[in-house]
Formats: sequence, C-alpha cells, structure tokens
Amino acid sequence: MSDIVLRTIDLTKRYASRLAVDHLNIEVRRGDIFGFLGPNGAGKSTAIRMILHLVFPTEGDVEIFGASLAKARHRALDKVGAVVEKPAFYGHLSALRNLEILGGLQKPVTRKRIMENLERVGLADRAGDPVKTYSHGMNQRLGLALILLNDPQLVILDEPTTGLDPQGMKEVRELILELSRERGVTVFLSSHLLYEVELIATQMAIIHQGRLRVEGSVRELLKKGPSSVLLKTDRPDEALHFLGTQEVYRSASIHSDGIHVELDQEKIPELNRQMVGAGFNVNALVPRRTLETYFLNLIEGREA
Amino acid sequence: MLHLIRFELIKTFTRWRTYIGFIAFGIIVPLVVAGLKLGGQHSFERHLLSLLQNDFVIGGNVLNGWFFGFFFMGALWVHIPIVLTIVAGDQIAGEGNAGTFRFLLTHAVSRTRIIAVKFIVTLIYTAVMVLFIGGLTLGLSLAAFGSGDLLIIRRGILVIPEAQLPYHFLMAYGLATLAMFVVSSLCFLFSSLTDNSIGPIIATMAVIIVSIIIISLPFELFQAIRPYLFVHYFDAWQKVFDDPIPWGAIRTNVAVLTGFMAAFYLAAMVHFAGKDILS
Repeated sequence: MSDIVLRTIDLTKRYASRLAVDHLNIEVRRGDIFGFLGPNGAGKSTAIRMILHLVFPTEGDVEIFGASLAKARHRALDKVGAVVEKPAFYGHLSALRNLEILGGLQKPVTRKRIMENLERVGLADRAGDPVKTYSHGMNQRLGLALILLNDPQLVILDEPTTGLDPQGMKEVRELILELSRERGVTVFLSSHLLYEVELIATQMAIIHQGRLRVEGSVRELLKKGPSSVLLKTDRPDEALHFLGTQEVYRSASIHSDGIHVELDQEKIPELNRQMVGAGFNVNALVPRRTLETYFLNLIEGREA
Repeated sequence: MLHLIRFELIKTFTRWRTYIGFIAFGIIVPLVVAGLKLGGQHSFERHLLSLLQNDFVIGGNVLNGWFFGFFFMGALWVHIPIVLTIVAGDQIAGEGNAGTFRFLLTHAVSRTRIIAVKFIVTLIYTAVMVLFIGGLTLGLSLAAFGSGDLLIIRRGILVIPEAQLPYHFLMAYGLATLAMFVVSSLCFLFSSLTDNSIGPIIATMAVIIVSIIIISLPFELFQAIRPYLFVHYFDAWQKVFDDPIPWGAIRTNVAVLTGFMAAFYLAAMVHFAGKDILS
C-alpha cells in the first residue's frame, strides 16, 4: 500500500482572470500531521475545497488513498473526515440528530456511538439541545465529534481552532495529536496560527498567491538559515559589549525583553558557555526563530 | 437511499417554516367556511338562483359541501404556490446559506443522489400540502353544508351525482397535485441557482403571475405563447368535472406538466452537480 495518503497533481483553480490556486503539488504521507499555511487570500480554502470536491478544479486532480477524485470520488472520500471553515449544522436540530443525519450519510450510526463521540468532545450533557444554542467553540467540538464518527483515516481541518478560547485551542490540539498518535490518523490542517502548526505539525507547506512556496519537515525548515535567540542576563549592557568582541555572532542588540542575538543554529550552546564563562548569569536563552519569522521572511521574499 | 429520504424528511418537517402554509390555510379555510355558514351562503344562493331560476327548477341542497369544495379549489390554486415555495425555495439554497453543504457534500455520497432526495421530499411536501388543503376545504364544507349532488356551471350546466363525487374529487386532487409539483420543481430549480431562500420564492411567484397575466389577456400575441407556459395546463383538474371527461386533453396536460417537472428537475440536477460550493 502506498505511503502517500493525499496528493494534489497540478491542482489549479481559476476564477475569471484570477488564479486562486496555481498548479499546486503537495504530498501528505501516512501518519503526518500536515500544516497547510498561507496568509489570507493565499488560496488555502480554495485548495481544501478542491481536495474535498466542493469546488471543481480548472485543471489537475487530487488523489486520496490512491483514488482519483475526478474518476472515483466515492472511493477517494470514503475514509475522509473534514471540517471546512466554520462548522455549520442544522441549528433547529439537536446535536444528537445532527450527528445521526450528517454522520449517517454513508452508513447508519448507532445512538451509543454518537453519545460516545459527544462524550469525547465534552458535549454529552448538551446532546439534546438545539445546535443553534451552541457557542462557536461548542460547534467546533461538535464538528470534530462528527468527523470521528466514521473512523476516518484522513482528517482535513480548515482553521480548526479559529474562535476558540485558549483552553479550547489546547483541547483541539490534544485531540489532533491523539488522533495521530493513538489512531494513526493522518491529519491535514490549515491554519493562520503559525505557533499552533509549529506545536503539532510534522510536515508543512506554505502557499502564497496560489502557489506552493515551500514544503517539507517543520523541524528541517526551522533549521535552515540563520537563527536568533533572546538572551536574558543580569548585566545586559556589559553583555552586549562582550558579545561585540566575539566574532561568532552575526549581530546583537538590546530590546525591552532582553538581548536579541543573531547567530547560526549550532552556535547557541557555545553562546551559553561563553556567557557563563565570562561571569554573566544567563537567566534565559530562548530561540526566537519561529515558524512565524520563517513564514514572514518567506512571504516577504527574504527567504528562499 | 431510503435513509437519506428519512433524514431529509426530518430536516424539512422539523422546521417551523414548513408549517406556515398549514397554519395559514388552517386558519383561513375555517374562517371562510364559518363566514359562509353565518350568512355568506345566502349571497351565493341569490347569485346562483338569479342565473338559473328563469330556466330551471332548483331543488335540494345545491350549495352543499361538494359545491364549496369545488369553489375553494378554483379560488385557491393561485395561492397554494406561495406556501409551496416557502419550502421548495429553501431546499437547496437554505443548505447553501447555512453552510451545511460543507459537511453534506464532503461525504462519499453523490451530489445527484442528494439532490434527488431533496427533490423527492419537496414533492412529498407539495402533495401533503395540496391534499391537506383539499381535505380541509372539502371536509369542513361537507361538515358545514352537508352533502348532495354537485352543480357545476362551466361550459353549460352539469350536475354530477353525489355517489360519483368522491371519484371525481380524488382525480381532481391528483391532477392539482401534479400542477403544484411543477410549481415546486421550478422553485427547486431556482433554489439550486442561489444561496438565498427568498430569491427562489420571488422568482417563482413572478413567473406564475406573469404567466397568469399572459394566459388571461385575450391578445393574439399571447395566444401563440400560451402553449409554452406550464400555467396553461393547470386547469387539468377542472376537466374531470366535464361530461364526458376529456381523457385525451387530460392525458396531454399530464404529459406536458410531467415534462415541465422533469425538465426543471434535470436542470437543477445538472447545475448543482457542477456547482462550486463557496458558501
């Protein structure tokens, strides 16, 4: 069995003169938590809608578990669970009824199974209430309960934590990690919260102006290029002067939160040793190069 | 397929908007029947007798329940489409507007099946509504004015014996239901074109009103257009009260109405099957 769960092949969508997605080629492998990043209007949602056959490609195709979406839609979507943008339900119906209807489209689901899934996302006690009385966070959790009903092997989530409070975001992240680790589910998620992707994704792709800019392992992508650390010490002015005498560092400057030091990734332990060796108390040494800086550099053309 | 129809029936018949028509006719029809019973019947009597008393001897209960059942059907067929469109217009557009297609269409269920199910439920609602109105008007009329032979003044005067009336009314309701299926199908087509439920309602009523104007005005230009308007074939139900019953004309009406219904459904299906879901 192929290791590739999802593959887009020259996936393109053109609206009149605007190219929303331009020959997108990405591959998601079994077990990945794949972060799909891009600024607003980059084409993320259009790409996801094409992957789920909500929007028809102008060109190209999508293969899910080896099945072409254009030729074998049923087989392609059979093992997929998805929440696209804000989860929308039949507001006048209860959560129980919504899951019975939307979860039972392919095969009937038992009430027991529905309740187990509602329990899992913490909505069992509100199962009988009309969904229109639910908060946004509860709708998000109900969306997750829905996609879990059919035991998907690929879960596609479009901005899954949007509108959630910090606790809700944490719960969703934990659920995604649990799906991946305990059930072996492959997760494809788009997000504008780069920190979130950095926390849970193993692979990622960045799309900008409809085109794929970069794809690869999150860890490897973060290692590329120069790094930056935040250095907190008891004597910042003296520390800055000291750093100026050392050639291994590219640059250093004092900021309100501490000293920002630009250096190569592998020099970070050496920086710590030298500071301690020179008699400074190193209170904190925090890597500053995050996915966010990488992302912004890439979008602004400062990074290849 | 059956489980999908069940789900669609649940969605449709648990919305309060589905019952607007039932509530409206459930209030209006008893009020009108009560009004007739409490005096309005006499003006009918006077009008009818003024037409007939010079030539005929009128005896028995002429203004009976069957008469008013027939009268109601003739009076209400223009109004029934309004309540039908409330549901038919929402069948596809409502899901688009709510965003529920984002869940519904990402499953391994084909769009053609989903639209077929929605169409079937639209027809079920239409049939239930027409039969409810027919049953209510006839039932209340019979309860209020009793039974008897039916006197019809349409291309002459015809009296249909009481014993044959259930058969005639059953056929009439069947044909009226078919005519209303065409209205619902048109609204269903409009519903597939938009994500706004109000648009299909307005568009359908606009088509019906314009069509009625065209078939009503005695202009030569309009006469050429009439055969192409589905409203032109809506009077099939009245034909079963003719003597002899013009089966050939009824068959033509049924074929044309069925053709319109199929065309509207197919157009909706083709459009929806290739539609980008952007909401």
